[in-house]
Amino acid sequence: MGQRLERASRPGNVRAKAITRRLRLAPFIHFDQVTKSFGPLRVVDQLDLQVAKGEFVSLLGPSGSGKTTILMMLAGFEHPSHGAIWLDGTRIENLPSHKRNMGVVFQNYALFPHMTVAENVAFPLVMRGVGKREAGERVARALDMVRLAHLKDRRPSQLSGGQQQRVALTRALVFEPTVVLMDEPLGALDKQLREHMQLELRDLHRTLGLTVIFVTHDQSEALTMSDRIAVFNRGRIEQLDTPEGIYDRPRTRFVAEFIGETNLFEGVVQRVEDGIAEVALTSGVGVRAALLAPVEVGAPILASVRPERLHLQGEAGAGNVIPVTVTDNVYQGDHLRTHLAGPGLDLVAKVQRRVPVGPVGSTAFACFEPSECTLIAPDKAPGSAS
Amino acid sequence: MSGSPARARVSALLLVAPLFLFLAAFFVWPLVMMITVSVTDGTVRQVMPETASAIGAWDGSGLPPKEVQDALIADLRAPSEQMAFGDAVRRLNSEVSGFRTLLSRTTSAVRDLPPDQTVDLAGIDPRWGEGRYWQALQRAMPNYTDRNLLAAVDLKRDTEGSITADVSANRVIMVRTFTIAALVTALCALIGLPYAMIAAASTGWVRNVLLLAVLLPLWTSLLVRTASWVILLQNEGLINKALIAVGIVDQPLQLIFNRTGVVIAMTHVLLPFMVLPIYSVLLGIPRNLMPAASSLGASRLRAFWHVLLPMALPGVASGSLLVFMVALGYYITPALVGGAEDQMISSVIAFFATGTANWGMAGALGLILLVTTTALYLVYGRLSRSPNMVGA
Repeated sequence: MGQRLERASRPGNVRAKAITRRLRLAPFIHFDQVTKSFGPLRVVDQLDLQVAKGEFVSLLGPSGSGKTTILMMLAGFEHPSHGAIWLDGTRIENLPSHKRNMGVVFQNYALFPHMTVAENVAFPLVMRGVGKREAGERVARALDMVRLAHLKDRRPSQLSGGQQQRVALTRALVFEPTVVLMDEPLGALDKQLREHMQLELRDLHRTLGLTVIFVTHDQSEALTMSDRIAVFNRGRIEQLDTPEGIYDRPRTRFVAEFIGETNLFEGVVQRVEDGIAEVALTSGVGVRAALLAPVEVGAPILASVRPERLHLQGEAGAGNVIPVTVTDNVYQGDHLRTHLAGPGLDLVAKVQRRVPVGPVGSTAFACFEPSECTLIAPDKAPGSAS
Repeated sequence: MSGSPARARVSALLLVAPLFLFLAAFFVWPLVMMITVSVTDGTVRQVMPETASAIGAWDGSGLPPKEVQDALIADLRAPSEQMAFGDAVRRLNSEVSGFRTLLSRTTSAVRDLPPDQTVDLAGIDPRWGEGRYWQALQRAMPNYTDRNLLAAVDLKRDTEGSITADVSANRVIMVRTFTIAALVTALCALIGLPYAMIAAASTGWVRNVLLLAVLLPLWTSLLVRTASWVILLQNEGLINKALIAVGIVDQPLQLIFNRTGVVIAMTHVLLPFMVLPIYSVLLGIPRNLMPAASSLGASRLRAFWHVLLPMALPGVASGSLLVFMVALGYYITPALVGGAEDQMISSVIAFFATGTANWGMAGALGLILLVTTTALYLVYGRLSRSPNMVGA
C-alpha cells in the first residue's frame, strides 16, 4: 500500500495545491459549525468542512461515526440541528432535496425496479421537463459511456451488481448535477470489481470535473480515489488531509490505528533539536523522530512507525535501531509479516520477499529513519487535532 | 441408496396426507356433490323406471307407441313411495301445468282397474291424447339436465326444447351482486391504499394501533359488528344525530336498510383484506427509493405518482381480487342492514337450499358464482404475469 502511494503521490501533490488555492478563494461546499442530534445522541458534532469545486473528498470512518448523516444532510434527507450548510455561496439547509440538483448514488443503488434501465436513467430528465427526444439522446449517450447501451430495456433485477452500480451512477450523472454524493456505492461488489470501479470512478471524476463527496468505511478505497480524506470518529473530524498526509503523518492515535496498521509506543520527549525530537520510550529504548508539529520537552507522546518502514538488518545501521528477536513469521504471499520482540516492546514488520529474514528465535536489528517515525500527541480531548 | 429417497417420499406423502384427506372430504367432495346435484334430475326416472327405458326410443312426434303407454300404466300400478312420487309430480307439473291433476286422476283410475284389463289412457283423460304431455314426460326422464343452470340465469327450455327467457329475478340479483361487490372493492381500495401507506410509513406503537384498528373487525363476531352498524346508522343513531346537530341536514338521512347501509357495513368488514396485501407490498419496497426519487428531482407528489404508486399496484390488485371475491358471497350483512332490493345472490342460494330444499337450484347458482370467480382469478393471474415480473 505504501509503495502504491508513493507512486501516486506526485500528481496528487499538484492537485492538492490547486485545491488549497481554490478553497482560499471560496469553498464550494461549506459545513459551518453543523451539529446533528438524534434525541440525546450527537451524531455530528460542530462539523466544519470546506470542499472546493471539482474536489473528490472521502468521508472515512467506522460505522456510527456520522459520515452518512453528513451526506444525508447535504442531500437534504436530514436537517442540521444547528449550523449552516452553504453550496456555492447559498445556504441550502432548508432547500428541499429535489431542488438541490445533487446526484446521489445510494448504498444499494436504489434503482426503480418497475422501470427499465433506460427509464431509470431518464427519470431525472423527465422530472426536469426535458423533451422526450432530447432525453432519449442524452440517456443513449450516457449509457454508451458506461457501456450499458445493450441493456437499456432490461429491468434492474436482470442486471449483475456491477451493472446495477453503473446504472445508478449514470442516473446520478445524466442531469449534470453540481455535486455527486456517494454512500458506500461499491460496498456490495466483490473485491476485483470494486477495484476496477474505483479506477473507473476516479477517471470519471477527473474527466467530468465533478465535485464528489464519497462516504466509505474502506480505507483503501478512500486512499485510491480521494483528493482529500476526512477521517471521522464519533461525529468529529479526526483529520482532514490528502491520502499521503493521512497515511504518512497521522495526527491522532485514532487515525494512525484506523488507517493501515502501525506500531505505537508511549514515551516522553527528552530533547528537541534541528526539527528532530528525541523520545525516551517507556520500555527504555530511545528513538528520534522528525517533528511535524511543535512538542514540549517532558510531555508524554506516542511514536508511530508503519510496519513496512521497519528494515530488518543483521547489523545496526544509522537512524533508529532496536535490537529484536523474531517471534513469528507469517506468510502473506507478497510479503512476510514478522513479529518481533524488542526490549520491553513488541513490533510487527512487513518484510518484502527479497529481504532475507531469519527463523523464529534469531536476532536482528529493526531500523528506521527519524523521518519514518511520526509523533502523535496522546488523546486528551479526542478530535482536537482537526 | 435407492431405498432412502423412496422412503423419504413416502414419509413426505404421509405428512401431507391429512391435509389431502381433509381437503378431499370437506372441500372437493361437497363441491363435486353440489355440482352434480345441480345437473342431476332423477326424480321422475326413479318412480317411473319402465317408462324411462321405453320412452327413450320414441322420436317425440305425434303420440308414443303402445309400449310406452303400457310402461307408464305398469309404473303407475306399481306401488311407489308417497314422497318420491310427490317430487316427481311436482317436477312434471313444472314442465306442463296440469300434470298434477292428470297424473293423480290417471293413477287412481289405473289402480282401480283389475290388473289384467287393458287401459285406454286417452279414455281416462283426453289430455293423454296430446303430444306435449308425453314430450314433457320424455324431457323429464334423462339423468342429467341443464334446467337448473338455465333457471339460474333466467332461461328455460320451451316445449320444443329450445332455450327461451324465463320470468325470474336471478339475473337482476346477479347483476346487483356484482355491482355491490365492485362498489365495495372500489371503496376499499380508495380507503385502504392511503391507510396502508400511513401504516407502512409509521413506526412503533402508531403502526401497531393502525394495524389493530383494521384487524379488529376480523376478530369481532359478524352479528355484533353488523348490529353496531345498525345502532350507528339508524335514523336516531349517532351519525344522524351528529349530522343534524352540526346542521348539515335537517332530516335524518336514510342510511340503513338500503344500499348505503350494505355498502358501508361491507366496506368496513372487508377493509382488512385490502389493507393487509397493500401493506405487505409496501413493506417490501426498499426504503431508499423515495429519497432516490427526490434526489433525482421529483417532488413528493411526483415521487409518489411515478415510484410508490406503480410499485404498490400489485398489492392493490391482489387486495381488490380478495375483497371482490369475498364480497360476492356476502349473505348475513345484506340480510341484516339491507332492504329487499339489496339482497345478494347468496340469499337466493340460501332460499333454495334451506327454504325450498331445491338443492339443484342452489347448486346451479353456486356453480355460476364459482365459475365467475374462477374466471376472475385467471384474469388476475394473467395480468399479474406482466413484464414487471420477468426475471423476478
